[in-house]
Amino acid sequence: MIRFEQVAKRYPGGREALSELSMSVKKGEMTFLTGHSGAGKSTILKLIALIERPTRGQVIINGQNTNGISRRQIPAFRRGIGMVFQDHKLLYDRTVLDNVGLPLVVQGIGHREIGRRVRAALDQVGLLGKEKIFPVALSTGEQQRVGIARAVVSKPDLLIADEPTGNLDPELSLEIMNLFQRFNDVGVTLLIASHDHSLIEQLGKRRITLASGRLLSNGLSGGLSV
Amino acid sequence: MNRRRPNSTRPLAPKARRKLPAPAKQGVGGMRLIRVYFTRHAQNLFSALGRMVRQPIGSLLTVTVIGIALCLPAGLHLLVVNGKAVTSSWDSAVDLTVYLKPGLPPEAAKGLAGRLEKRLDVASVQVIPAAQALEEFRELSGFGEALEALTENPIPDVLVIRPAQEDINATQVKMLADELTAWKEIDLVQVDTAWVERFHALLAILRRAVSLAAAVLAVGVVVIVGNTIRLDIQSRKSEIEVCKLIGASDAFIRRPFLYSGLWYGLGGAVIALLVVNGTMLLLQQPIRQVAGLYGSNFELTGLDFGSVLLILAGGSGLGWLGSWLAATRHMRLIEPGKDS
Repeated sequence: MIRFEQVAKRYPGGREALSELSMSVKKGEMTFLTGHSGAGKSTILKLIALIERPTRGQVIINGQNTNGISRRQIPAFRRGIGMVFQDHKLLYDRTVLDNVGLPLVVQGIGHREIGRRVRAALDQVGLLGKEKIFPVALSTGEQQRVGIARAVVSKPDLLIADEPTGNLDPELSLEIMNLFQRFNDVGVTLLIASHDHSLIEQLGKRRITLASGRLLSNGLSGGLSV
Repeated sequence: MNRRRPNSTRPLAPKARRKLPAPAKQGVGGMRLIRVYFTRHAQNLFSALGRMVRQPIGSLLTVTVIGIALCLPAGLHLLVVNGKAVTSSWDSAVDLTVYLKPGLPPEAAKGLAGRLEKRLDVASVQVIPAAQALEEFRELSGFGEALEALTENPIPDVLVIRPAQEDINATQVKMLADELTAWKEIDLVQVDTAWVERFHALLAILRRAVSLAAAVLAVGVVVIVGNTIRLDIQSRKSEIEVCKLIGASDAFIRRPFLYSGLWYGLGGAVIALLVVNGTMLLLQQPIRQVAGLYGSNFELTGLDFGSVLLILAGGSGLGWLGSWLAATRHMRLIEPGKDS
């Protein structure tokens, strides 16, 4: 599903975020991406979402080399990927319904169909009945779940999450992770950047560990605790 | 979880390129897609209007500035139209005014008129006797009392000659005028068309000015709308960023701004029409008075249907263009993830 081949990313100013990194995530896999801040976790996710482009090497998503995707093709490409952010990136002047339904609006799906699918997505994250509420009236954990509902409402095959539990306490974090686990159970591929080691340990999933833009370990066992 | 169907078999990227993915269960069809398309545009149209209404002062200012910019070419256009209307009845009349020498006997004018009318190159001759001319002058000029002081009529008899040829040219008129000047009873021959021609030359300049002003002010409208939209885009930066992240196309993000621009332009055009028509209404009475003084029943011509349509369409079009330029340019600068 995700394959990085000798990928390097150098940001303007000379900082090299990734150096000759090769790794892959299989279809239907749930994988964690760990490492210090600045190790390159976010860069990997940005390269997958085409927010950034690699300086060298190739990023292949679902068999498609992203180097061949033009600026104009990016929107259609992104519709196939669900994204969850640490800061939720919700629109605070719109209701939960409008926030979650936005990916469907973008795709030109009809009004009634949007309502139906948004309710289904909210049901999955346990927020059914909160459609008319504005995000500010929700707790951080609930806001994150709205963000997750938005990421899955268009039923993407791939879900990427950047520190989705960064602002949550352990209990809520586990709740969110269990939610991701349930998506994984029905075949969604997940790549989650996180530095919450105890939580990752608990879930027993594959872990890709980075240090200074290089692969440190790449397997089920915890490896080096960084 | 139970509601979610496994979908790992669905390929990701290639199919994601479809603009409108088929809705899950409901009937798919061209009609449905077309309806969705129009619904979306209608929603944008009215939500853009809603946003403007929620910021009444800012919107009103923008619309008023556009309106003022548009009403200048519209007003100049009216000036030209009415200028043409004033002179149109005199266009073809190339009359010669013949002033007879003062002190001729009253019958002399009649005799002269008779001789002139026999000529082949003269269509008609109108005699304005000195007494009648004095009377008219007394009535219309306001110098009535001053005229009382005069012991004799300072105005000579006048003949107004209309040449036979309707499309007579300037040299032919000049020849006729020169010939008549040589007659011993005639003091002066004046060709009335000279000032009409000058007036037309002035109108031509004015018409050119209208085009130039329209062009300059059109650019102005585009810039005004563009700037308003630019600020609008900046204030909705996070929204645009999120939309881009979830795969909104540039066209999708641009659309609401285009409709805002359209409304600004249309609003400006309506204000321009109100200003121009209001001015017309205010000028109607005084102009009727002046026309009356000149013995004319001239009425101001308002904007015709075509011009009204042109102003409305032009305003909307310029608004659309301005917002398209601004949106296309500034949208590119907002890319997700560049800040972190």
